Amino acid sequence: MTITTLATLAADLKDGKRSSVEITQDYLERIEHSQHNAFISTNADFALAQAKAADAKRASGDTTQLLGVPVAQKDIFCIEGTQTTCGSKILENFIAPYTATVVENMHSHGVVSLGKTNMDEFAMGSSNETSYYGSVTNPWRSVGRGSAQDPLVPGGSSGGSAAAVAAQLAPAATGTDTGGSIRQPAAFCNLTGLKPSYGRCSRYGMIAFASSLDQAGPMTHTAEDAALLLNSMAGFDTKDATSLDIPTEDFTASLNHSLEGLKIGLPKEFFGAGLDSEMAAIIETAVKQFEALGATVKEVSLPNSHLALPSYYVIAPAEASSNLSRFDGVRYGQRAAEYSDLVDMYTKTRSEGFGNEVKRRIMIGAYALSSGYYDAYYSQALKLRRLISNDFDAAFAECDVIMGPTTPSPAFAMNSKSDDPTEMYLNDIFTIPANLAGLPAGSIPAGFTQAGLPTGLHLITPYLQEAKLLNIAHKFQQETDWHLQAPPPADGALNSNLGGKH
Amino acid sequence: MALDNDTVHGIARLARLKIDDHEVEKYSAELGNILDLVAQMEAVDTTGIEPMTHPFDATMRLRADEVTEHNQRDKFQAIAPSAERGLYLVPKVID
Repeated sequence: MTITTLATLAADLKDGKRSSVEITQDYLERIEHSQHNAFISTNADFALAQAKAADAKRASGDTTQLLGVPVAQKDIFCIEGTQTTCGSKILENFIAPYTATVVENMHSHGVVSLGKTNMDEFAMGSSNETSYYGSVTNPWRSVGRGSAQDPLVPGGSSGGSAAAVAAQLAPAATGTDTGGSIRQPAAFCNLTGLKPSYGRCSRYGMIAFASSLDQAGPMTHTAEDAALLLNSMAGFDTKDATSLDIPTEDFTASLNHSLEGLKIGLPKEFFGAGLDSEMAAIIETAVKQFEALGATVKEVSLPNSHLALPSYYVIAPAEASSNLSRFDGVRYGQRAAEYSDLVDMYTKTRSEGFGNEVKRRIMIGAYALSSGYYDAYYSQALKLRRLISNDFDAAFAECDVIMGPTTPSPAFAMNSKSDDPTEMYLNDIFTIPANLAGLPAGSIPAGFTQAGLPTGLHLITPYLQEAKLLNIAHKFQQETDWHLQAPPPADGALNSNLGGKH
Repeated sequence: MALDNDTVHGIARLARLKIDDHEVEKYSAELGNILDLVAQMEAVDTTGIEPMTHPFDATMRLRADEVTEHNQRDKFQAIAPSAERGLYLVPKVID
């Protein structure tokens, strides 16, 4: 089975080989027949109407590159008139009254929205196991094998998006990344995932988890596709007070630039204890590939990176406890059926509507912000955030890009970590620092373990250098074919009656 | 650092959540583990370090003081759990 990229579909549409309606119909059928639980909802009428409109536009001479190309949307993005759950019971009946700017931007480029992908509840999780709508299986091992091995998780929180693209239920998807939620599932499912610089993509209409960290980005097979999709997502938005007012950029423009003289920094802190030895060897091989392309490698240091996880687990819950106070059963979402007074209504509504991980994080946040603890927790975390950010400034004085593993280990089995929240948190140990500093960071397929599981190479570049990051990723993908590998057919999306179509 | 049951109930009340009695022990242990993880922060001397509330210390933009929103009350109230005659309905607050 070969993968289908956005670039291929765009070329097919341009050449008139296929129509958007045909392509969209094909993906909708695959979604319907899939077993991964990657989608929370689809709206075939809505998608096909968009596809039809795209075909009509193309017939009248519109040559927008992504016109008519279908993409899956993480169910954290509001789309007017469609169910938007954020993976939570409390929003089960929520029909968004407006559309997120990122989605609106994509729609204005003619992108078709196939449906809403599954995710950890309110984007809090690294395995997609906290979703009210059920776990998602990783297409690289979605059924038990021989012994009592459980299926693997796709990662999280954008686990449905990752599984959808890996299983070819969509050629690409949107994700959001607060502590690694695009990059970790991309690594687990053999995808290219990019978290842009903070402020690059508007947060308007993207349900908030931790507002100073949240950022939307593309999840695709290739770096070229990530550039194409980011072109359609990014842009200044007056509706988001932290949106960057900077000129638009074509992220595909420098994809083929030479990497001659590129300075790669390897932080020694990312290669220490806790890193799977097989992973370390794979990353080492990937770095050698860059040397063959003319890059030089040197060791750098991010001495405060061990403080990223502790400070993140104060800052993110603190912001979440504030953001999630809006779910009170008054203006939208579910309300408890029976209650005695106003406070009882709030309390019952929230206790019934939120899952355990969300409750834990809200409570940690409330504790960290409460009287007497604010300085010890919240203020201290913000000071450490500064130190972590300063570390990157110092490292980037010596190199152009920082590389390392995206995750400490490949995808793990379902139910293997869900009982221990703090062990689950360790999944994001390499990805969190870039969120705290607001830097662009991505994960690209780096090779496979002995057990045949994908791994991710993590790239971090200076502020606003997404184009550089994508250039580095693209050149690597010209030399390697890890990103072209698809999951074994038995586990993949295409069942027998659909497998022969392409 | 396990939290005592009263503290767990207290935090839950601040967050407008109710933790059932049979779940308090579990929450106490789990929240305690998270606080243990976070406790590594204490060891760092951050005297003189300015807190970083936002990446790049960007400041919020101000906009012109002009009306930009139009009235969408009916549309927004259509998705409310309980609304009537333009009002959101909640249990009686004042007797």
